Amino acid sequence: MDLAFTKEEQAFREEVRQFFRDNVPPETRRKLVEGRHLSKDEMVTWWRILNKKGWGVSHWPTQYGGTGWTSVQHYIFNEELQSYPAPQPLAFGVSMVGPVIYTFGNEEQKKKYLPRIANVDDWWCQGFSEPGSGSDLASLKTKAERKGDKWIINGQKTWTTLAQHADMIFCLCRTDASAKKQMGISFIVFSMKSKGVTVRPIQTIDGGVEVNEVFFDDVEVPYENLIGEENKGWDYAKFLLGNERTGIARVGVSKERIRRIRDLASKVESAGRPIIQDPAFREKLAACEIELKALELTQLRVVADEGKHGKGKPNPASSVLKIKGSEIQQTTTELLMEVIGPFAAPYDVHGDDGSNEAMDWTAQIAPSYFNNRKVSIYGGSNEIQRNIIAKAVLGL
Amino acid sequence: MDFDLNEEQRLLKESIDGLLTDAYDFEQRKKYMKEKGGWSKTVWLKLAEQGLLGLPFSEADGGFGGGGVETMIVMEALGKALVLEPYLATVVIGGGFLRHAGTDAQKAAHLPGIIDGSKTLAFAQLEKNSRYDLFDVTTTAKKKGDGWIIDGEKFVVLNGENADTLVVTARTRGERRDQGGIGVFLVPANAKGVGRKGYPTQDGLHAADVTFTGVELGADAAIGNPEDSLALIERVVDEARVALCAEAVGLMDESLKTTVEYIKTRKQFGVAIGSFQSLQHRASDMFVAAEQARSMSMFATMANDFENAKERSNAIAAAKVQIGKSLKFVGQQSIQLHGGIGMTMEAKIGHYFKRLTMIENTFGDTEYHQRRVADAGGLI
Repeated sequence: MDLAFTKEEQAFREEVRQFFRDNVPPETRRKLVEGRHLSKDEMVTWWRILNKKGWGVSHWPTQYGGTGWTSVQHYIFNEELQSYPAPQPLAFGVSMVGPVIYTFGNEEQKKKYLPRIANVDDWWCQGFSEPGSGSDLASLKTKAERKGDKWIINGQKTWTTLAQHADMIFCLCRTDASAKKQMGISFIVFSMKSKGVTVRPIQTIDGGVEVNEVFFDDVEVPYENLIGEENKGWDYAKFLLGNERTGIARVGVSKERIRRIRDLASKVESAGRPIIQDPAFREKLAACEIELKALELTQLRVVADEGKHGKGKPNPASSVLKIKGSEIQQTTTELLMEVIGPFAAPYDVHGDDGSNEAMDWTAQIAPSYFNNRKVSIYGGSNEIQRNIIAKAVLGL
Repeated sequence: MDFDLNEEQRLLKESIDGLLTDAYDFEQRKKYMKEKGGWSKTVWLKLAEQGLLGLPFSEADGGFGGGGVETMIVMEALGKALVLEPYLATVVIGGGFLRHAGTDAQKAAHLPGIIDGSKTLAFAQLEKNSRYDLFDVTTTAKKKGDGWIIDGEKFVVLNGENADTLVVTARTRGERRDQGGIGVFLVPANAKGVGRKGYPTQDGLHAADVTFTGVELGADAAIGNPEDSLALIERVVDEARVALCAEAVGLMDESLKTTVEYIKTRKQFGVAIGSFQSLQHRASDMFVAAEQARSMSMFATMANDFENAKERSNAIAAAKVQIGKSLKFVGQQSIQLHGGIGMTMEAKIGHYFKRLTMIENTFGDTEYHQRRVADAGGLI
């Protein structure tokens, strides 16, 4: 048992860090530090820099452009990326649909889609949740009917993150209404520019627009856009959801935020002295840091385990990462709120375009607090994660 | 980075788990409690036979040269079986002082007896008002000729009633809370002027309040520098904290396992109560707490080898915080999920809860260590 990273791993960390220092546009970094939304251009610009370096789809098999890194290298890369901070690769393409296509897609689909995913020539979004299908995803109703060499798609998806930027969607559709609910679902991809696709933005409580409703009204999709086998979509969806494991704890994000809390707390005054000198506040911060350290170690244990046994079945321990990771992210945003106190209130109408610099250091803190309530809801709510632990780990 | 046990460590784990499975079920434990001193000499000698009492000592000293991971394995196993025998007091703490600062003569005088199981030690450190500060010492050690005279009172000395030798912190100069001027002394328990009042502790172990009245010692009684041994004391107590973290992980594992088994079998409303989601979620949260504790126990074990003493102490303090929070949750919820039966002395779960609870208040509780981490500027 040895917690130390090897010399090679340390050198790798330095290489990654140096690359971020040299290549992440400073304005992009500043916005992330302040919790602002990035424009599509800013994100795509960065991802193409990353892809040019060969790190855009680092965890893919090497024949599709992956790096062949070890689990520990992936962990280091993610941690450095999150804590620098730099934008994370677009999960919908890189972590979700990409692996489904190279695992279950045919050669033509691989050739057609994978390079474009890697270079973000196509922006992908995820068509899973529906108004009546949240935690009970398999109850979804969006229908795809075969008509000759086409699918005719009707229905509605929701919580579709950044669909307003999307060129492509991967969609779970019911293709056999008579089958048991998990059995009649297919995994179909198509262009968001197709006739009959309507995107309606949903404004969330932070004031931003990250998610959307997407409506399908007799959308015609070529039959060949089916990935894998008909009615096997639920298997692919489970594969996809189990794939995103090591990043889920977002340890790097929380580390970066702890540094920001410490920095702001040494500037903002309370009772005539910086808040960081208030023992009660300091202890709260320390408590959060200790939880985060424990989470980091738990994550390393999962990473080490993956390295050993390969990425097979989803590790139920990743539910621990999701639960603790989201709780800690939420605690850090609460601590930021506590630091700025009454200055949480002003609403920054022009926040994201930088036109209201005077209030930029506090403007995004309340929105970020509101926004982060989502992290215990998405990706399988924390209650669903507890169900998973109870069943898969404890055998209850 | 590697969280696996190596081949030898795996064998060690198998051997101690095997020994305790045979020798230490809950009924056997009840018998051991009634033996003289409140623990089993037979089990102690079995631990000696398997080399476990000599584990952390160098081969030159007659031991097996085990490190932190080996101690972690043993402490986890001892926790899992709720063992009463004085491993922490004798091997980890008493042995720790000898390992880190004992002279060849001191080692020769004490280690063989520790390793073969014929002698046990106890650490007399806590004072009436010292609480968790290791430098808060009023017991005095005054120079007399070449030797020393010890005067003072120590409390809740674990294994103090049974130990052959007491390891005593005492002030050789300065004021009550000065960091300098603290020494560590080996005091034969039967020395003239040593008074011991023994009692059982809440968790079924045994301790004693000990008075020292003009206890005369030779020059060779001091371990390390009698004028300046706080760093040594912190070092050894840090190792004790790490050992307690591992013991707590073993206790939590067994508590969770026992509780999950219970709610799978206990029926109400015609079904196993473990089929209710509120109980499933509680059990899941216990699992999360236990895993976070395990991670920090491993972290503490590895931090124990950090060269920088401040970083070491800070990391171990953080681990003690996590363990303290986790053990409280796992302990309390184990009782809750057992319902009324959890309140009885008959069921084993309550005994695990009591040991866990006492661990929190040993060598610094959650609040104490959280403050230390905060004052050190955090962890990240």
